[in-house]
Amino acid sequence: MFGYALRRLILAIPLLIGITFISFLVIHLAPGEPVETTVGESSTQSDAKLRERLREIYGLDKPLHVQYWNWVTRLARLDFGRSFSPDARPVLQKIGERLPITLLLNIVELLIIVTLAIPIGVLSATRQYSTFDKITTVFVFVGFATPDFWLALMLMIVFGVQLGWLPISGLRSPTWEYLAFWKQQWDFLAHLVLPILVATFGGLAGFSRYMRQSMLEVVRQDYIQSARAKGLPERVVIGKHALRNALLPIVTVLGLSLPGLIGGSVIVESIFAIPGMGQLMVQAVFERDYPVIMGNLVIVATLTLVANLIADLTYSLVDPRIRVAARRGRR
Amino acid sequence: MVVILVLLAVLAPGIAPWDPNRPDVRKILDGPSKLHPLGTDQLGRDVLSRMLYGARVSLAVGFVSVGIATLIGIMLGALAGYHGGTIDAMVMRLVDLMLVFPRLFLLLAVLAFLRPSIWTIMAVIGLTGWMSVARLVRAEFLSLKEREFVLWSQSIGASSYRTIWRHILPNAIGPVLVAMTLGIPAAILTESGLSFLGLGVQPPHATWGNILNEGKDAIEIGWWLSAYPGLAILVTVLSYNLLGEGIRDALDPRLRQSIGRIVSRAR
Repeated sequence: MFGYALRRLILAIPLLIGITFISFLVIHLAPGEPVETTVGESSTQSDAKLRERLREIYGLDKPLHVQYWNWVTRLARLDFGRSFSPDARPVLQKIGERLPITLLLNIVELLIIVTLAIPIGVLSATRQYSTFDKITTVFVFVGFATPDFWLALMLMIVFGVQLGWLPISGLRSPTWEYLAFWKQQWDFLAHLVLPILVATFGGLAGFSRYMRQSMLEVVRQDYIQSARAKGLPERVVIGKHALRNALLPIVTVLGLSLPGLIGGSVIVESIFAIPGMGQLMVQAVFERDYPVIMGNLVIVATLTLVANLIADLTYSLVDPRIRVAARRGRR
Repeated sequence: MVVILVLLAVLAPGIAPWDPNRPDVRKILDGPSKLHPLGTDQLGRDVLSRMLYGARVSLAVGFVSVGIATLIGIMLGALAGYHGGTIDAMVMRLVDLMLVFPRLFLLLAVLAFLRPSIWTIMAVIGLTGWMSVARLVRAEFLSLKEREFVLWSQSIGASSYRTIWRHILPNAIGPVLVAMTLGIPAAILTESGLSFLGLGVQPPHATWGNILNEGKDAIEIGWWLSAYPGLAILVTVLSYNLLGEGIRDALDPRLRQSIGRIVSRAR
């Protein structure tokens, strides 16, 4: 087990380097330099000098590989540079204060999705073509097709504007400071209901589908037949023998779907005005604040990589076949 | 359904009741009425006409970007699957790498430095969406290249280029077709998401995403402005997804039958 974990870790290193490389390339190969956006498009004498000066300050006058090397060595010391926006705060600090809320949202969403999708998938697989299965199938296809930003707008119109039950933006009411402690917590939760609902919807559709598929495949296996032949009650056959095996591929799907989930927070956060990573990214893009964009890209990708790694390791922990196969060098 | 949608988009200039970009100050944010079946927006423009024109943009972005993605995917996948070895390892590492980036973050980073237009949107969505096709094609190639007809073609001295294009690829096209059909709605969703954030196709060009973006600012007074374009996206994506599933079932009836049989036996 330890050897397998170590091998996976070593394999992750080139990916990590690749992440920094791609982030760097994306920004440097795109036409238009950050200096241009700071200086503007006019081309008077003083502007040309200012441009030179800025290029020097940001190190943009050096060859690409030197720039990359400088940037990566600074990254290794966790120095992401300073934001181009007027506050000029360190990028790491800016991202750091926004990371917790995005992580919180994504973890809560993931927990809700998993706890709901597994029973839904199992039920519709064991009762294939029943009314329940048909209803969930319709739900799944609608869920796949619903744009999350539209769902968000509709929910805002219904619950926020028409019914006035739930707040539709930010994390706290303007009167937050004057509320009692418990009221404050309640207020915070009320602000999270709609964003989480929106972000869960699409993911739930996908996962219950995968769960159903996986369950359908497992139910066909011989060992399920023999479990039935032994005379075990259906409850035990499905709940123990089938479920355990059907859950295996779900772990991998979980890991693979993380980028999508995190990407979704871009839209959810900017609609509901939640100060998270996604909103920071959109703001940075509008302001062409490129240290922040690069920092965001690197951190989000690294987080995904770590999450995939955890999913992989969990998979090998619960399924010994993987470890054995890896030792034989088949994977 | 899919055909109707394409027809509506193509015929938009003929059937749109109003000029999609003509403002009318007397009819700002009018609700749905006989004259304007889906209401008007902040500038008094007809929402139905704007949506019909928006359909052209959305569908065009869907088709072209998936075309780009499929082309890259087929080339890299074929290269990796056919040659194997180092090339295969390199392509697959690249795929892994691209998959680590949340797509929206990557798209936003690229768009930050480009002037958003319909062409750049098509290109960047295509360039960030080829990974699944590449994997698929590679897997098909890995199994197909061991088959007799490929060995035969190689033994009579056909170039690897010819073997790939004339002999292997046509046999691998089924799954690619399914992936393409399922890729179009995904691209449409991505485009409308970007336009919704204001980083996609820019006004005054109407797209479903940027009508929704305008709808967001008017959610307290004009629900129709956000409701209908979203519904249009939903219906379009849904019909392409169903088409994709349909093609998959038609190409691979084995799966459905066998599952059905086993389950009925289990009962």
